[in-house]
Amino acid sequence: MRPMAALLPGNRLHLQHGPMDLIIGAEGARAAAFEAARARFETVLDELVGELELLRTQMLPGTPIPKGAIALRMHTACRPHRQTFLTPMAAVAGSVADTVLDYIINAAPLHRAYVNNGGDIAVYMEKNQGFTTAIQNHAGKELGRITLNSEDYIGGIATSGRHGRSHSLGIADSVTVLAETAAQADVAATLIANAVDLPGHSAITRTPANALAPESDLGEARVVTHVAPLTPEETNRALQSGLVCANTLRASGHIKAAALFLCDEVRVFGHGFTTTKRALERT
Amino acid sequence: MADGDTKPEKIRCDACPVMCYIADGKSGACDRYANHGGDLVRLDALTIVETTDQALVPFLKTGEDWDGDIVQGSRPFVTAVGAGTTYPDYKPAPFIVAQEVDGVDMVTVVTEGIFSYCGVKVKIDTDRHIGHERDVVCVEGEPIGHVMTSEYGSKMLSLGGVEHLTGGSKKEGRVTCDALLQLCNCEAVEMVIGDGEHQTTVVVQAGKAPIINGVEEKLMRVGCGSAAIGMFAKQWLGQVDDVVVVDDHITGVLSEHEAGKQLDIPPTGLKIKGRRSTPGRYFQVADPGTGWGGTDIEDPLTILKPFDPKVARVGLNLLMVSTTGEQFAFFELDENLEPQPAPIPPKLKASADLIAENCEPSVCSVLFMGGAGGSLRAGVTENPVRLTRSVKDSLAYVSCGGAQAYVWPGGGITVMADVLDMPAGSFGYVPTPALVAPIEFTMRVEDYGALGGYVNEVKRLEDLQLSTARKVTLSGQPSPMSSANYRWPKR
Repeated sequence: MRPMAALLPGNRLHLQHGPMDLIIGAEGARAAAFEAARARFETVLDELVGELELLRTQMLPGTPIPKGAIALRMHTACRPHRQTFLTPMAAVAGSVADTVLDYIINAAPLHRAYVNNGGDIAVYMEKNQGFTTAIQNHAGKELGRITLNSEDYIGGIATSGRHGRSHSLGIADSVTVLAETAAQADVAATLIANAVDLPGHSAITRTPANALAPESDLGEARVVTHVAPLTPEETNRALQSGLVCANTLRASGHIKAAALFLCDEVRVFGHGFTTTKRALERT
Repeated sequence: MADGDTKPEKIRCDACPVMCYIADGKSGACDRYANHGGDLVRLDALTIVETTDQALVPFLKTGEDWDGDIVQGSRPFVTAVGAGTTYPDYKPAPFIVAQEVDGVDMVTVVTEGIFSYCGVKVKIDTDRHIGHERDVVCVEGEPIGHVMTSEYGSKMLSLGGVEHLTGGSKKEGRVTCDALLQLCNCEAVEMVIGDGEHQTTVVVQAGKAPIINGVEEKLMRVGCGSAAIGMFAKQWLGQVDDVVVVDDHITGVLSEHEAGKQLDIPPTGLKIKGRRSTPGRYFQVADPGTGWGGTDIEDPLTILKPFDPKVARVGLNLLMVSTTGEQFAFFELDENLEPQPAPIPPKLKASADLIAENCEPSVCSVLFMGGAGGSLRAGVTENPVRLTRSVKDSLAYVSCGGAQAYVWPGGGITVMADVLDMPAGSFGYVPTPALVAPIEFTMRVEDYGALGGYVNEVKRLEDLQLSTARKVTLSGQPSPMSSANYRWPKR
């Protein structure tokens, strides 16, 4: 099955190949941008598959550096976080989004553009342009808005959590991260969502990842499959644990902002988010 | 569906370069392809029902314009087969499709529901004994359902349901789900009914004759033994002295029966076992079984008692026939007034053939029955109970894979549909275990908005990418979008 492309309503381009679904929007020389996106996307999956085994291997000191351009982005985004269990796959969606976005903004003059790879979004805007994005929960209810301006230097939005397509080690409903690149946001969202947790708590059901998806890069790590209702105190404790992780990532310059959602509670820090629910904590 | 016993090999998916190894019952990284019992299946092959009066025009490719695929001049109905499911997430159903039909903007919310509360009702056209009411039906030694109240000329089974799917052992759930899936996809399932010495093996396949203890059933009975006497009495008049129609339910005796009396057929002194209901009608002449007329008898004479010597005479003749006409025998009384086999006269043979000719072919019918519960309805609307009300008020039409579905009265949306009316391979499963079945709700756009539908998610039919979709024609089914289905004023 070769890559597929289709125009969606609202002048959006849909590219699909294997597990990747990209939705692309562009303002300016749209036709040229879409043609460029389609051309670049043609080989994306093949490039990744060539080094798939390495990309699914835990990053340790001495692990070989991959060769492909996208694989290198993944490696680079994950490398600073090697102290926790991580494979370059943690940044695959964001890295693909960044790669395709970079390609189209070089190929065509654009005012604004985005590449949304299954929720991990690479965004581009000219000076004095902005972007507004809605955050919805898995029920489709709007949780808040993200408002970006060109001077924020944010190029990536990523969301991770229990209700996404990949498995999570934590219990966060979702964590949305703003960073300079989609690859950085992607890996950080994964790390923060994993950190929102109550280790050993009886309300949380976990299953080895490879029992659910035999080829999961998470191997035998126990991913969360169910969370029974939590008390407000427990919810607060789990979110607090995620915030510690998020603050560390921001202090070291890897992310700009994050919003953490769990059981109708939300914690937000950094600029860019407005939430429909009163943010209990701003740091 | 293997868990523990014999796990089939993983298969390698070659649909894309990732080349996932996929274990049985799992899907690949894309969630589009899965291993089903060793076969690679595409999970999202959307199936479209074309109404027979309008053919689908081939999809047009418009070169470099990325115009996608266009459906023109036809009225295809997008079914939920292959639509993918939203369970257990409450996001909008995967496809909410709008198209204009006869000037009314119609919306079809297409989803594949995961039915934990589901099962099948099986109607087996036979009078043969397959088990007593309430007998347990087993597959691979696991209980999957039971025998329920018999219907006219048919035995009924109720299989599946939440008690077997998730209420019992893990193996029970797996075997039940597997059996339901096969039955719903019109495959044959062998089941054992009853226990101990009363076991009957039945092979059930939708649209096919049942196979009972290794013998394929051919015909439904023409009626009970008493009814058969009433239907054929005139043809026997003058041809034979007496007729016994052997039936598990009511065995009929011509000379005693009201029909025989009307024709002035004299008494013959024939005496029969069993319990007399009214003249010429006998219950329980033998035990139920797979022999004559659904009884356990192979030799019909075993149900006769000695003839009354005051009435019977030497040379008196007798036809014994089953309610399907498949078995028949002709006897004459010897000097001891004992019936002896004799060659059957052609006219009587013809009457047995006529009984057989009037019997309908025996088939198994499989009706899927399931309840559209909370999360499925939430995929259609933010206010699930309004969907239920819309269905009850005939503002929304429910179909399963484009096939007409009967909606039960009362609360909830509990539907039944004949699996033979649905596109082949409509059903799937998840390891929960539960069946995945297609279900569509069709209504006017304004009604959809009024019930709190995800109006912003509605896609025009022409905007759906349907080039990889499967197209089928269902004959004899009303179009789900026909205005005749709805309560609102017709145009």
